[in-house]
Formats: sequence, structure tokens, C-alpha cells
Amino acid sequence: MNQAEALAWVAPRTQSNWLQRLLDWKPALVILCLTPALGLLLVFLTYPLGLGIWMSFTDTQLGKPGVWVGLENFQYLLTDRVFLNAVWFTIFYTAAATIGKFALGLWLALLLNQHLPFKSLIRAIILLPWITPTVLSAIAFWWIYDPQFSIVSYVVVDVLHWRTKYFDFLGTPWPARWSLIAANVWRGIPFVAISLLAGLQTISPSLYEAAMLDGASSWQRFRRITAPLLMPILAVVLTFSVLFTFADFQLVYAITRGGPINSTHLMATLAFQRGIPGAALGEGAAIAVAMIPFLVLATLFSYFAIGNRKWQQGGSDE
Amino acid sequence: MSDATPELLSWDSRARRVVTVYVPLACFLLVLLFPFYWMTITAFKPNGELLDYKQNNPFWISSPTLDNIRKLLFDTEYPRWLMTTMGVAFGATAIALVASVLAAYAIQRLRFKGSKWVGLAIYLAYLVPPSILFIPLAQVVFEFGLFDSPMALVLTYPTFLIPFCTWLLIGYFKSIPYELEECALIDGASRLQILRRITLPLAVPGLISAGIFAFTLSWNEFIYALAFISSSEKKTVPVAILTELVQGDVYQWGALMAGALLGSLPVAIFYSFFVEYYVSSLTGAVKE
Repeated sequence: MNQAEALAWVAPRTQSNWLQRLLDWKPALVILCLTPALGLLLVFLTYPLGLGIWMSFTDTQLGKPGVWVGLENFQYLLTDRVFLNAVWFTIFYTAAATIGKFALGLWLALLLNQHLPFKSLIRAIILLPWITPTVLSAIAFWWIYDPQFSIVSYVVVDVLHWRTKYFDFLGTPWPARWSLIAANVWRGIPFVAISLLAGLQTISPSLYEAAMLDGASSWQRFRRITAPLLMPILAVVLTFSVLFTFADFQLVYAITRGGPINSTHLMATLAFQRGIPGAALGEGAAIAVAMIPFLVLATLFSYFAIGNRKWQQGGSDE
Repeated sequence: MSDATPELLSWDSRARRVVTVYVPLACFLLVLLFPFYWMTITAFKPNGELLDYKQNNPFWISSPTLDNIRKLLFDTEYPRWLMTTMGVAFGATAIALVASVLAAYAIQRLRFKGSKWVGLAIYLAYLVPPSILFIPLAQVVFEFGLFDSPMALVLTYPTFLIPFCTWLLIGYFKSIPYELEECALIDGASRLQILRRITLPLAVPGLISAGIFAFTLSWNEFIYALAFISSSEKKTVPVAILTELVQGDVYQWGALMAGALLGSLPVAIFYSFFVEYYVSSLTGAVKE
């Protein structure tokens, strides 16, 4: 590029129009960049969140604006056995499914952390349950749980002869609850396993070598090296898992729709049933709002877990 | 005797490894994949075989049929549902990506006062699950006149896509040396030019990860699509299968499984092309 060309290249830049000048002024650029994201989030997330809280104090019906009724919705819900049962089952479902997911997911992560042939292929296959639409895999589970044609019953009764009667997976409350928890654990294992595997891979092998030289048993190595170093990532994954299991909707809606006799309603499915087909938007909103305290607890836990991690690593800001 | 010991030891440790690693791993793979196998095999079974375990081995198909697929494609509006889902997923992903790139660039690179708080607010938005929002959101969608329109989904899906994508992209932008931008600034490039010519090309892996994630999340979304769409022809695949194909007491298991299989395939294919990006974004986001 000779001198004349260089000058010609610079020239158009100097006479920029007002739009370009505005875009080079930082505050304007910041506002411009943040508007799409924050705008969408404010209109479709923050506003509905506030509106939901307000609606929970009204008797809004579908297509009819409501009037303020104070705590009436909540007072009614506290006497409603179906709601109390849903709260109880939501907590039980979250606890049981989380324990199952993390026990099995951690085991799978430890297995995958070994030297294996076709490791990346196995890892890719393992994520399949997590990427397929929940409702579609739930339908497969529904078919597996069929009272007459369940393949599990077929294997246990007709092939192995361990039982004489087919399982009634979804017909009675307790089997239905455990069936839902099993489906949730099945879907959750891949996420937990792959996330924890990422955490395991950051642990330096030299720590294990040193421990082995000192004669530590495999349990001691797990207890004293793996567990503490995995704790920060475990806390984050745990928070997300608890949060999304607690707010689960799809599995239950697809497999049992809250039945038999309302025994498997989660708070989210009950809110949907009362709010949309039942048209009682105010009451549905109240059920959804009742989930918020639990979610806030989980979020605070996440915040402090991340805060602690930064502190542990000795990092100040980043 | 003495030279047999190491061999014995190594055989013993190999057997031990098979029992402690390969057998459990095989069990995991079997359990995790069985529902897919069962879904596939049911989709291609003729009805007679499907409901008769005494005569036929249920784990295999003796006379495979395409009846279920044909019924699904030609007797129902399945192709239409598939198109709607595809359109909604691409639309929502595009909106979410544009908004997230701009937001992540502003938060990570423009470094204004309070950028940390904006970042935290966006992160908190990710922790609000759709199941507590859908009732008031139905009201909002109704006020905007978007009820029963796929547009409602295109606009509401970004609320759970933007937080995730923004955080992912902040991480990617952080890995690009700031000096590159400084050089361009000194050379007289405007901020938007820098974003378009320097930052974005370097962040392509991040964009791909965010795009795949956003696409699969929108494809899988259920509760908003269930609450905001009521007419049959505008439904998305997951909702339509559950509400349109499940009718009456006699379930068409073959057609249902064919629908579930076809509905999962696009995400699975999409995913298989970008597995590495997917895994790295999943693990990266958790570590972030």
C-alpha cells in the first residue's frame, strides 16, 4: 500500500455521520447493546413475575380481570389437601430424585474418568437421554410402565419368573410416585455425570500418585482428594439440579397427569391444572408463587457456593 | 512359582477391572439406551405383534412395518407440527443469539459502571423456571394479542435462552485477548466494526455452542407451548403428540412411539454433528 492509498483509506473514516459518532459514544453503545436482551427479559420475565405475584392475591379467571382478595387464595390452599399433598410430594420427589441422580451420576463419572476405549463416543451416547425432548422420552416410559404390556413386567414375570403378577406401575399412588422418580433419575444422570466428569478431569493426577506412594487406599483417595476438589462444581450442579427438579412439570404431566387420585401432583402440574384448564388463574398463580420461597433458598445456596469457590481458589474477582 | 506370580497378579487386576469398570458401565449404557431401543422397536412393529408377547419375542420384530410412520405422516398433521417446531426453534435461537452477543459484548468488553450487576441479574434470570411464569405470561401473551400464535413462543423462549447464552459468550469473549481490540481502536475502527470483524470471528466456537444449546432447549420446551397454543395445527411436536395423538382409552402405541422417535431425531442429528461443542459448552457453563 503506497502513501496515497493509505491516505485514501483513512479519509472516509474522519467524516463519519452522526450515527457513527453516536455509536462511538460509549454510554449510547452500552444502552444499544443491552436493550434487546434486557428488554426481552423485562417484558417476558420480570413483568410476568411481578404480575404473577399480584395475580396470586386476586381472583382472576381466564378472560376476566380479577379483584384484590388479599390472602384468600393462600388461606384456601392451606386447607386444601390436594395442594398440601402436592407440596409434600414435590419435596419428596426432589429429594429422592436428586439423591438417585447424584449417587448414580457420580458413579458413572468415576467410571468414565478411567482409561477407556471409545471414551468420547460413550460420552456422546450417554448424553442422549438429556438432549431428547423430555415429553417424548416420558412417553416411552409411559409405554414401559403400561399395566398390560410393560416390558419390565414381561421380563420379571415371564422370563425370570420372580413374580407371578404384572406390576401395576401407575395405578396406585406409591408405585406411581417411584415410577416417576425413576424416570426423572434416568433423565438426570447424564447431566450430572458429564458435569462431574468435567470436574474430575481438572484434578491433577499427581495428587493421586502422591497419595498412592504414601499408601492411601482407594477410599481414602476418594474421600481426601476427589471429594473436596469436586465439591465446588458439585455444589453448582446440585443447585441447578434441585432447582429444575423442583420446578419439574413435563414428566409428571406426560406420564400420570397428577393421578391416580391426585397423588402424584407436583406444585407445577397442580398450578397448571387449576390455572389453565380449570380457568382459576388467580389460584394457579398462588400455587406457582408458593414455589418461590423454595427456589430462593436454592438460589442463595448457589450464590454462596460460587462465592466460596472463588474464596477457596484465592481469586479476587474473576 | 515365582515367575507365575506377576502373571497371576495382572490377570487378577484385569478381572477386577472388568468387574469394577466394564460391567457397571455396560449396565449404565443398557439402562440409559433401553428406552430408545424400545421406542424404535415399537415404532416399527405391526399391531398384532405389539400386543402379543406370548407368540412373539417382544425384543425383536419378526415382520417390521412402516404403517405407523405412514399413518403419522399422512393421517395426522405431523409434518405441519414438525415445521412449526422447526420455525419456532430457529426463530427463538436467532433472537436469543443476537441479543446475547450484544449483551455479552457490552458486559465483558465495554466495562461500564455496574456491568457486574447487569451480569448477575442476567444470571439470576436463568434461575427463574418457566413453571412459575407460565400463568402470568399467558395473560401477557393474551394482552399482546399473541395468544395461539407461534410468535408468542418465538418471543418468550429467549427468556430462558438469553441468560444461558449470555453467560456462555461472556466466557468466550473473556478468552479473546483485549489487546486485539485495542489495536483496532487505535487504528480508528468503531466499536461495532470491532465486534463484527474481530470479536465475533474469534468467538465462533462459542456462538456454535450457544446456538446448539438454544436450539435443543427450544425444541424441547413444553410448558409454554402447552399453555399458549390451543389450535391443533399450530402446536409444537412434543405438545401435539401428547394432546393430539393420545385420545380415548385405546392408545395407538405404535404411532405414539413413531411420533416420539421422529420428534427426537432432528435434535439427535443436530446434536451428533456438534457433540464436542455441546459437551464443552455444558461443562464450561457449569465451571463458569
